[in-house]
Amino acid sequence: MTDFSYTILIPLIPLLVFLVTGLLGMKWKPIVSGVIGTIGLGISFFLSLFAAYQYFFLTASASGYHTIIPINMLWLSFTSTLQIHMGVLLDPIAIMMLVVVTTVSFMVHIYSLGYMKGEKGFQRFYAFLSLFTFAMLGVVLATNIFQIYIFWELVGVSSFLLIGFYYDKPSAVAAAKKAFIVTRFADLGFLIGILLLSYYTGTFDFVKLNQPGTNLFVGLAGVSFLGISGITWTMSLIFMGAAGKSAMFPLHIWLPDAMEGPTPVSALIHAATMVVAGVFLVARLFPIYHFQAPDVLLFIGYVGGFTSLFAAIIAITQNDIKRVLAYSTLSQIGYMMVALGVSGYGGKAGLGFTAAMFHLFTHAMFKGLLFLGAGAIIHSVHSNMMKDMGGLRKYMPITHFTFLAACLAISGIPPFAGFFSKDEILVAAFNSNKLLFYVEYITAGITSFYIFRIYFNIFWGKETKYEHKPHEAPWNMAIPLIIMALGATFGGFIPFHDFVTSNMKPFAEGMDIMVSLPSVAIGLVGIAVAWILYKKENEMPARIAKRMGVLYTTTFNKFYVDEVYLFVTKKIIFNRIAKPIAWFDRNVVDAFMIGIGTVTMKISYKIKNLQSGELQQYAFVFVAGSVLLALLLLYSLGYH
Amino acid sequence: MIQGISIYYFLIVSTLMFFIGIAGFIIRQNLITILLSVELILNSVGINFLVFNRYLYPDQLQGHFFSLFIVGIAAAEASVAIALIINIYRRIHNIEADNVNEMKY
Repeated sequence: MTDFSYTILIPLIPLLVFLVTGLLGMKWKPIVSGVIGTIGLGISFFLSLFAAYQYFFLTASASGYHTIIPINMLWLSFTSTLQIHMGVLLDPIAIMMLVVVTTVSFMVHIYSLGYMKGEKGFQRFYAFLSLFTFAMLGVVLATNIFQIYIFWELVGVSSFLLIGFYYDKPSAVAAAKKAFIVTRFADLGFLIGILLLSYYTGTFDFVKLNQPGTNLFVGLAGVSFLGISGITWTMSLIFMGAAGKSAMFPLHIWLPDAMEGPTPVSALIHAATMVVAGVFLVARLFPIYHFQAPDVLLFIGYVGGFTSLFAAIIAITQNDIKRVLAYSTLSQIGYMMVALGVSGYGGKAGLGFTAAMFHLFTHAMFKGLLFLGAGAIIHSVHSNMMKDMGGLRKYMPITHFTFLAACLAISGIPPFAGFFSKDEILVAAFNSNKLLFYVEYITAGITSFYIFRIYFNIFWGKETKYEHKPHEAPWNMAIPLIIMALGATFGGFIPFHDFVTSNMKPFAEGMDIMVSLPSVAIGLVGIAVAWILYKKENEMPARIAKRMGVLYTTTFNKFYVDEVYLFVTKKIIFNRIAKPIAWFDRNVVDAFMIGIGTVTMKISYKIKNLQSGELQQYAFVFVAGSVLLALLLLYSLGYH
Repeated sequence: MIQGISIYYFLIVSTLMFFIGIAGFIIRQNLITILLSVELILNSVGINFLVFNRYLYPDQLQGHFFSLFIVGIAAAEASVAIALIINIYRRIHNIEADNVNEMKY
C-alpha cells in the first residue's frame, strides 16, 4: 500500500502562500508575491501529478480502485454522534479534480505574471488566487459533507473577492455582490439538505453515505413533506447548492456578470474549476442520487439539458467575447449535468458518469484556454467587444492557433479533446433518454456556430484600424496558452473509462459510429454557417437579426431573466414583504424601545432634584426617617 | 448607683441634649454652630453610655471606655470639620450652610 499522506500538502501549500503573500506582500516588490505564488502552485501541481500517477498505476487492483483516506482527524466533537472530521479523501474523481484544479491554477498563475503586470493590487490578486486554490482543493479532497460545505463557502468568498478585484469599478462591485448573493441563496438549500441528510442518517461521512445498498436512508425515505419523500427533498436541496455554484438555470444569472473580474480569474474560477464544483458534488454523491433518489437524478439531467440549450442560444447574440464564453460555460456544464442525469451505476451503464468527468476534464482545458486566449486578445486590444476586433490573426499568431485549437475542441471535431468527451455524453444520452439526446445534439451544432462566430469575428472578419498595433502575448502568457492547447488537442486520448468510473471499476468502451458521425457533421455545419456569415464582413448577420425581430431582441436580452429577478425582488419582495416589515420594525419595535428610554429619562429628570446639595435637608430627611422607623418598630413590636 | 437620684433624670438631660443638637443641626445656618450641635449629640450619647454602665453593670467598665473613645473621636471630627469650614470660608468668604450646595446632581 502506498502512503498518500503527503497529499495534505497539496492544499496546504496554497494556504501557506496565501498567508505569506497576504500578510507580507505589501512589503515586497509586487513580482515577489507573483513568483512565490507560482512556485507554490507549481509544487502543488507536481505533487498532484505524482499522486495521480501513484493512485492510478500503483494501487490499481483487479477489482478496480479503492477509496483511500490517508488523513482524517477529528476537528470538532460536539457529542458522541455529532463529530466533524477534516481529512483527505482520494478516489478517482478526487484525483482527477486535483489534476484539473492544479493544472489550470498553475497555468493561470504563470499567465497572470504577464496579464496583471503593473496592475494596482498585484500582490492582493496573487494572495486571493492562492486562497481560491486552497479552498477548491479543500472541496475536492473533503472526506465528509460538512467539510465540503466549509470549503464550498470559502470558494464562494474567494470568488467574490476576485470578481470584485477592481473594487473602484461599480459594475465589478455589483457583479461580485450578485454572485455572492445568488450562490449564498443556493447554499441555503445546500445547508438545509446537509442538515436533513445528517439528521436522518447520523453521519456526514461520504464513504458511509455512498455505499450502494446501505440502509442509512430508511428513516429519510420514510418521512414525506408535501407528498414528496424526504430523500427526494434532501437530494434536491443539495442539488440546489450545486446548481447555484454551477450556474444552472434559473440560478445562472451571476455567471455572465462575474466576467467583470480579471480575465485570468474568469479562466480559473468561472470556467474551469469553481463552476464545475456543482458537477463534482453531484458526482461525489452519485451513489446516493442513483440508488436513493433516481427521480432527482433525472431532474438534474433535464435542468442540465435545458440550461445547455438555453445558454447556447443566448451565446449566439452576445457581442462581448467574455460573455459569449460565459454562456458557453453554462452550456457545457449543462452537458455534464445531462451526462450525470442519464447515467447508471457500474460498467457500461455508468458511461454517463465517466463522460461527465471526462467532459469536465476536457472542458477545463479548452475553456480555460479560450479564456486565456480571450485575455491575451483583450490585453492587446484593450476592449471586450467584438466590434473592436478583426483580422487579428496577422498580429497574434500564437494566440490565433491556440484559440483555434480550443474552438475545434469545443465544437467536437476529431481528434480534439472535446470530440471524445462530448461523444461519450451523446452516446450515454442516446442509450437512455432520447429527448435529452436530441437537445444536446442540437446544442452541439449551436455551440460550434457561436464559438466560430467569435473566432471569425476576432481573427478574420473586417480589417479594423487599431490605435496601437496589437502585439503578440508576452512569453509568460504564451507558454500557458501552448500548454493548455496541448491539453485541448490531445486530452481526448486519455482512456478515461479505465480510470474514472461510477463504481471505480474500469470498463471497456468503444465508439458508437451511429452517434459520433452525426455529431461531427452537425459541428461542421455550425462551423460552415459561421464561415459564411462572418468570414468576411457582410450584411447578412444584421439582416438575419432584423428578420428575427422579437426573437433576436429577446435572446439578446438573455430572455429577460435578469428582469424577472429584478421584478420579483424589487416589486414583490421589497414592496410587499420587506417594506411592511421595515415599517413594523421602525414604528412598533423601535418605538417601544425608544419609549422605555424616554420614560426613564423623564422620571430621572423629575427625581434628580432630591439630591439638592443642601446638607440640612438631607439631615432632616434622615432624622425624620429614623423617627418614623423607630415609631414603626415600637408599634409593630408591641412596646407601646 | 447614686443614692437618691433616679436614672430618669440623667436620661432626660441626655435626651434633651440630643434633640437640641438635632434641632440645631437642622435649623442653624452657621457651619460652626452646626458643628457645635454635632458635639452636643455626641456628648449626649456619651452621657448615656456612662449612665447605663453605672446603673445597669456597676462592676464593669465598657461604658466608661466607650465614652472616652467618643470624646477622642469627637475631637478628631471637630478638627477635620473646622479644617473643612476654613477651606470653605477661603473659597466663598462665607460659612452659611445654604451657600454650600455645589455637590448635587
